[in-house]
Amino acid sequence: MASIDSSQHPPFIFTDYKSSLLRGPMQSPIDIAALYSINSGTKISELLGSLSSRFAIGELDHDLTQNFCRGGEPLGERMIVSGRVLNQLGNPVPGVLIEVWQANASGRYVHKADQHEAPIDPNFIGVGRCISDRDGQYRFCTIKPGAYPWKNHPNAWRPQHIHFSLLGEAINSRLVTQMYFPADPLLSFDPIFLAVPAAARERLVSTFDLSISEAGFALGYHFDIVIAGGLATPNEDHGGHG
Amino acid sequence: MASKFPRGLTPSQTVGPFFTTALTASDNNTFVSPVDNEVSGAGQKINLHGRVLDGNRDPVSDALIEIWQADSQGNLTSTDFLGFARSDTSSNSESSYFFTTIKPGAVNESDAPHISVIVTMRGLLTHVYTRLYFSDELEANQQDSVLNQVPENRRATLIAQRGENKFVPSYHFDIHMQGENETVFFGVL
Repeated sequence: MASIDSSQHPPFIFTDYKSSLLRGPMQSPIDIAALYSINSGTKISELLGSLSSRFAIGELDHDLTQNFCRGGEPLGERMIVSGRVLNQLGNPVPGVLIEVWQANASGRYVHKADQHEAPIDPNFIGVGRCISDRDGQYRFCTIKPGAYPWKNHPNAWRPQHIHFSLLGEAINSRLVTQMYFPADPLLSFDPIFLAVPAAARERLVSTFDLSISEAGFALGYHFDIVIAGGLATPNEDHGGHG
Repeated sequence: MASKFPRGLTPSQTVGPFFTTALTASDNNTFVSPVDNEVSGAGQKINLHGRVLDGNRDPVSDALIEIWQADSQGNLTSTDFLGFARSDTSSNSESSYFFTTIKPGAVNESDAPHISVIVTMRGLLTHVYTRLYFSDELEANQQDSVLNQVPENRRATLIAQRGENKFVPSYHFDIHMQGENETVFFGVL
């Protein structure tokens, strides 16, 4: 039984992505989810949890254009990214902790390890978070991130992207990913994006959506996220969230 | 797997090198993460620490470590107890992660107490799951249904070694991404 779905996720080792060579495991994961179906009395801690809606979110945490203002507003193109968190059946998943981080409009992160010579924006930390609502909906207001160079290969540039981290009811729903922008010419050169099986790549690319845009204020992008888990109901005191 | 469901999964991507400001509690005090770096609750207080080593056995200084565990009674679904925490390996010169938590109870009567661990870092395109078992639970470990799925010669990679500290038991657990002692990782779907 495949425990990492290689038709949907990138492999651990992808030659063009240099830092995967020494960091991706070489041995196959041992499947333990099957222990639950072999013996239905056995609880598997990775399949069980009560993590939905357990984390405290501040009022402005979802608005990166306001959550770090230091006497001004961040520079760049304001944008809204919104969508739904779904399970593999297409049902909304509420209560998911969604955390985002990104470069500013110039392509610079607020991080001690980022040495790119592009300006820090004193009014932008590039960090946001929210919890998916009862319909699985989430919404962030932010600044469109800039592309930036990295050292993977000569003249390497990361396409514009927003990092997403999702945590649902149990840890087998965990997802860390990146959202990209439509028609970005850098996508076809980016080994991190290209490590994803070709048929699944488009799931990482947001779509421009005028209905999410706010007239006179910000452009809108739509990005639905499908997470694993939440399909089984491993014991009777824990109803799956659908 | 892909054909079984109407919706394809959103593919995983690396967490990259710049996640600490967003995801861990220690990095800044102006925009504090909602996820703490410690687990608190009734039971025996313990410390966990260790490093992440790459295929050259060099310590990884930008790994994110998450733990998930039952409470001291082995309950995973209590709403009074939050058994999830995060640490990373960037905050000290040894590239160690560090957690303060409580010793979990066994989830199944015949199994051993354990802590589930999620590991991710720059260079890892999909996060991995492992488990931390305790060196002072020898008998329970021998009966554990998950440890018994693991080839005997690889089980030691999952056992955290208890140190000598008299006051708070401290367990050392290194994670080897590759090599002779590659840590056992698990599939959980």
